[in-house]
Amino acid sequence: MNAGWAHLGTSLIASFLASMVECVEALTVVLAVGSVRGWRSALGGSAMAVGVLLVIVLTIGRALLRVPLHVLQLTVGVLLVMFGMRWLRKAILRAAGLIALHDEEAAYAKNASALRSAGGGGAGWDKVGFATAFNITMLEGTEVVFIVIAIGAGGAGMLLPASVGAVAALVVVVGLGLVVHRPLSQVPENTLKFVVGVLLSAFGTFWVGEGLKLEWPGADWSIPGLILGFLALALVAVPLCRSRAAVAVASR
Amino acid sequence: MSWIRSVVREVVGLFVDDGSFAVAVLVWLALAGFVLPRVRVGGHAVGVILFVGLGLILLESVMRFSKRKAK
Repeated sequence: MNAGWAHLGTSLIASFLASMVECVEALTVVLAVGSVRGWRSALGGSAMAVGVLLVIVLTIGRALLRVPLHVLQLTVGVLLVMFGMRWLRKAILRAAGLIALHDEEAAYAKNASALRSAGGGGAGWDKVGFATAFNITMLEGTEVVFIVIAIGAGGAGMLLPASVGAVAALVVVVGLGLVVHRPLSQVPENTLKFVVGVLLSAFGTFWVGEGLKLEWPGADWSIPGLILGFLALALVAVPLCRSRAAVAVASR
Repeated sequence: MSWIRSVVREVVGLFVDDGSFAVAVLVWLALAGFVLPRVRVGGHAVGVILFVGLGLILLESVMRFSKRKAK
């Protein structure tokens, strides 16, 4: 294992796990649309959104080539720190039992109920179903695009492993969706978000440092070091939050 | 215009959940960006300082939330 693998391997894994979380959330709504409003609108809306996202990726990708690397690393690093630490904060609070876990079955039931009461439908394209599938795929897809670009923006050759990770996640989730035909509620979503929050926070911190031209101990090997640092911090934070909440309740 | 507002809200929501947490992270990054490249501590230590600052902000935020939630 060399420093290249430390960078490429962690990029691929981070992109795969982060994209998987987003794909699982999108699948829940697309399944609800398909089963309530029909598969034509569900798949049509999702396909249209994927097409729009591809155009956005190609446009942004070309534009990014003109941005100086340090400026790009700093900008993407700041956004990645904001994005990753937001996920990590929420995952810590969920793991500590202070906010509710995301429930795919409940999300499916809520969306299915809303789609049933929306009316319309009939012959031809179902506008409600198409728009719902389009919106959720665009929303979650935009997050995937941001994650891929943010992880892949660090240098030449970084976009490929990040893209491979995202496409692999899409294939896995769509494959599982086709097989089980129901929301993937067995996927340990908060554990994934916990891990992804750690990975994205570590990448973001590294990019910010690179953008500021700071020296990292061990160069690329700092990334696994930052991952371990954020992981240790998050694992310590969960029991601390639990005990802090318990102390506050006891002193009421 | 409402769709523009909802798009902006969604995009901001990707990065901001708790306002004070987001502001603290941004202030620390801005401070780090201004100060760290100019300090003369050991070259490798500045990256560690950047990480420690972010870690402390995260820890403070979740602890504050825990206390507030229990009240």
